[in-house]
Amino acid sequence: MTMLAAILALAAGTYLIRLSGAVLRNRITLTPRAEAVLKAGAVVVLLALAATSTLLVEGAWAGWALPAGVLVGTALAWRKAPLAVVVIAAAATTALLRLAGIA
Amino acid sequence: MPHRILDRLDRGVLRDSAALIAGLFIVGVSFGAVATAEGVPWWQASAMSLFVFAGASQFATLGILAGGGGLLAGVAAGLILNLRHVPYGLAVGDVYWTSLRAKLIGTHLLVDHTAAFALAAGADRGKARRAFWTVGAVLFVMWNAATVIGAFAGRLIADPKAFGLDATLPVILVALVLPSMKDRRTLLAGLLGTAVALGTSAFLPAGIPVLLALVGLVVMWKGAGTGDRAAAA
Repeated sequence: MTMLAAILALAAGTYLIRLSGAVLRNRITLTPRAEAVLKAGAVVVLLALAATSTLLVEGAWAGWALPAGVLVGTALAWRKAPLAVVVIAAAATTALLRLAGIA
Repeated sequence: MPHRILDRLDRGVLRDSAALIAGLFIVGVSFGAVATAEGVPWWQASAMSLFVFAGASQFATLGILAGGGGLLAGVAAGLILNLRHVPYGLAVGDVYWTSLRAKLIGTHLLVDHTAAFALAAGADRGKARRAFWTVGAVLFVMWNAATVIGAFAGRLIADPKAFGLDATLPVILVALVLPSMKDRRTLLAGLLGTAVALGTSAFLPAGIPVLLALVGLVVMWKGAGTGDRAAAA
């Protein structure tokens, strides 16, 4: 019962959160500058999310294998490699390091 | 409805999002498996994936409830994690703001990776639209299928660390935001924001640090002129 109530509340709340940003955005006229700041805002949040989920797992140091894999993928992306190559290289690096006993 | 969605699919993005599938699939499977291990029936785990569709918050809420943390604490933790969708909606909310049906469905499909793909399309609105709907449709189907599979067979395959698959979701986000980093001020804002998020992660509840990263945007206001010159150069 509690679980169902939680699902309902989380679903409704999450939908409203998702709705709020778009409604606000589509209600006001944006200058190109404001538009650039909003875009940069999402980029900043996404980058911070990627960084925290790479370096920390449940609040503690994630170990070397995961950040190393993401770093290799990032370097390839920087060199304009296709996304599939970026992802496979990142996963392979992380997997091989773990195989070698490096957490 | 299905054929409408199929019309909007983009082959290039479909290929790119194939890279996403493995990473997200294993997370969905592990969500289903964790739910089953905690004694949550499969259909409740599925209902959560269907109606919440936000991985990290699903794990958090489920974990707190299963651990006896109570309804309020569980839902609050999940909602705090999801607050980052507000800046996403502000940035790409125009992409799916067309018909009423598109608005309602698009809102539900706003997640980290749909926002990132739409942003990566840059000023090309048609491309942003196709990217958003393609990735959104693929992720929604995958996430829900993975949850069901995980609930029944999760113990066999549920380790997200297997094959380094936990590296896929963050590296895709980085690859998608990299082109935006060519703008020097966005790069500075990103680096400053990331430093703030990492520095505060140790003592703030999950979800708040990535929002505090928005502090990095101060560099967008300071010295606007130099940034414009840099962009023009």
